[in-house]
Amino acid sequence: MLQIEDLHVNYGGIRALKGVSLRVGAKEIVSLLGSNGAGKSTTVRAISGLVTTKSGSILFDGKPINGLAPHEIQRLGLVHIPEGRKVFANLTIRENLLMGAYYTREKTQLKKLFGQVYDMFPSLVSKTQQLAGTLSGGEQQMLAIGRAIMSQPRLLMMDEPSLGLAPMIVADVFRIIEKIRNEGVTIFLIEQNANLALKIADYAFLIENGTISLKGRGSEVLKDPRVKQAYLGSVSG
Amino acid sequence: MDYSFALQQLVYGLTLGCLYGLLAIGYTMVYGVLRLINFAHGDLLMVSAYVAFFGIAIFGVAWPISFIGSVLFTALLGILIDRGAYKPIRKSPRINALITAIGVSFLLENLGLVLIGGRPKSFPAPGLFSGSIVIGTVNIPELSIWVFIITLVLLVLCVLVVKRTRIGIAMRALSRDMETVTLMGIDKDRVISFTFALGSSLAAAGGIMWCMKYPALEPFMGVIPGLKAFVAAVLGGIGNITGAALGGLILGLAEVLIVAVEPDWSGYRDAIAFFLMIIILLTRPTGILGERLPD
Ligand SMILES: Nc1ncnc2c1ncn2[C@@H]1O[C@H](COP(=O)(O)OP(=O)(O)OP(=O)(O)O)[C@@H](O)[C@H]1O
Ligand SMILES: [Mg+2]
Repeated sequence: MLQIEDLHVNYGGIRALKGVSLRVGAKEIVSLLGSNGAGKSTTVRAISGLVTTKSGSILFDGKPINGLAPHEIQRLGLVHIPEGRKVFANLTIRENLLMGAYYTREKTQLKKLFGQVYDMFPSLVSKTQQLAGTLSGGEQQMLAIGRAIMSQPRLLMMDEPSLGLAPMIVADVFRIIEKIRNEGVTIFLIEQNANLALKIADYAFLIENGTISLKGRGSEVLKDPRVKQAYLGSVSG
Repeated sequence: MDYSFALQQLVYGLTLGCLYGLLAIGYTMVYGVLRLINFAHGDLLMVSAYVAFFGIAIFGVAWPISFIGSVLFTALLGILIDRGAYKPIRKSPRINALITAIGVSFLLENLGLVLIGGRPKSFPAPGLFSGSIVIGTVNIPELSIWVFIITLVLLVLCVLVVKRTRIGIAMRALSRDMETVTLMGIDKDRVISFTFALGSSLAAAGGIMWCMKYPALEPFMGVIPGLKAFVAAVLGGIGNITGAALGGLILGLAEVLIVAVEPDWSGYRDAIAFFLMIIILLTRPTGILGERLPD
């Protein structure tokens, strides 16, 4: 569904991505793991058009999307939940969700989408008129996911959804990710929490220093000694 | 100072305040979305006045058509200014955009000077707006009533658009986080164009009424009202639409009433605005209605 070949991205003189290749198959959960500064966010930001690529190709459904504007890419069904959630703090919960469905004009369709999100996140229902900036970190993450669901994604890219959340909330988030996949949405999951990410991933890539250093089925990568040592702590395996 | 004199001054102050307010709303909306002080905004008042003038006086078009044409033309010009001058430098440091805005302002003023000449022209106000109603000894120009009603209607419409409509919500989202707005599939440039169109058409409405009240048209006629509107926007809390209207009213009333009470100060009339601005920046930099939002 998504296919990236030999992607290079520079920030001024800094070479952030040095030939990243990866693919995400339809209806899969594919994880991209890596430590701080490895190039995970740069990879998703390149895919969604937020940073310009130096070379390489990005194909979505077999069609090149390099050079398209971010809003054009989103409208293809490739939806990106950015790192740090980025809910609109000055809008209410409902307004945040509505922004996700900006182009859904049809009333019944819109109602259905709101219903779907409120079913998935019942804790948001009583707060629809509250400003998003007043939510807790966990609630903001739920809102960010809900907002993306409103866009009816075909491929959902999530940049570190567990960042800064308590373990119990993280477990909730991962449960929701699986649920979204089971509803037919492909998921590209960026994580540092390798243990959890690999448990739900069909396939995984490890990025180090701007290049893919390891790839394989989730369960295989989980057993790889390099991953165990660097990302899971030596005792946890 | 007697009662009817005070009422009379109040009418004048309110009228002036409404006009400042209309202009201030456009300032505040563009600032809210782009964090840009669009110094060319005041000159739109001049452009709208000339377009309306040419429509009526030169081409002999009926005034309602001329007025509507002027509003549409000014809205389009607002969009063009953004697309031509500000969009290419959207990613540059903010000071570049500010300098560009001053450049656009000079361009419009001097273009006016070259095309139309510096000799003031008088505006032919339609009869509908030129009578006045006398209550006791207070003389209320019909134009003042129109100014008040039109300002109120436009303000309410504007607030509704920003609060209720999708594009209005997108404007508010954009003011906080442009990048994430594009991740919603929203073309941010369309939202920005809409903002300019809305602000500019309010400026045009203000401009047309301004030149009916002060009928001397000249290329620099937008400079002082533009500066005053900027002060009004800061006073009300820049980025806040109701605040801009309120700031305009306060400023208009202050200018008229202070001079009415102390005629000797009439020479300092234009200084009142800046004095108020300094006071507000020292005591409440976010303005009267400006509030700190949760992050
Ligand atoms: N806007 C930028 N300008 C310059 N360098 C940048 C910029 N954004 C990222 N970088 C650099 O590019 C490299 C990759 O950054 P990236 O944000 O992709 O890492 P990451 O894997 O997402 O890290 P984290 O886990 O901390 O989010 C880093 O060395 C970073 O310092
Ligand atoms: Mg990152």
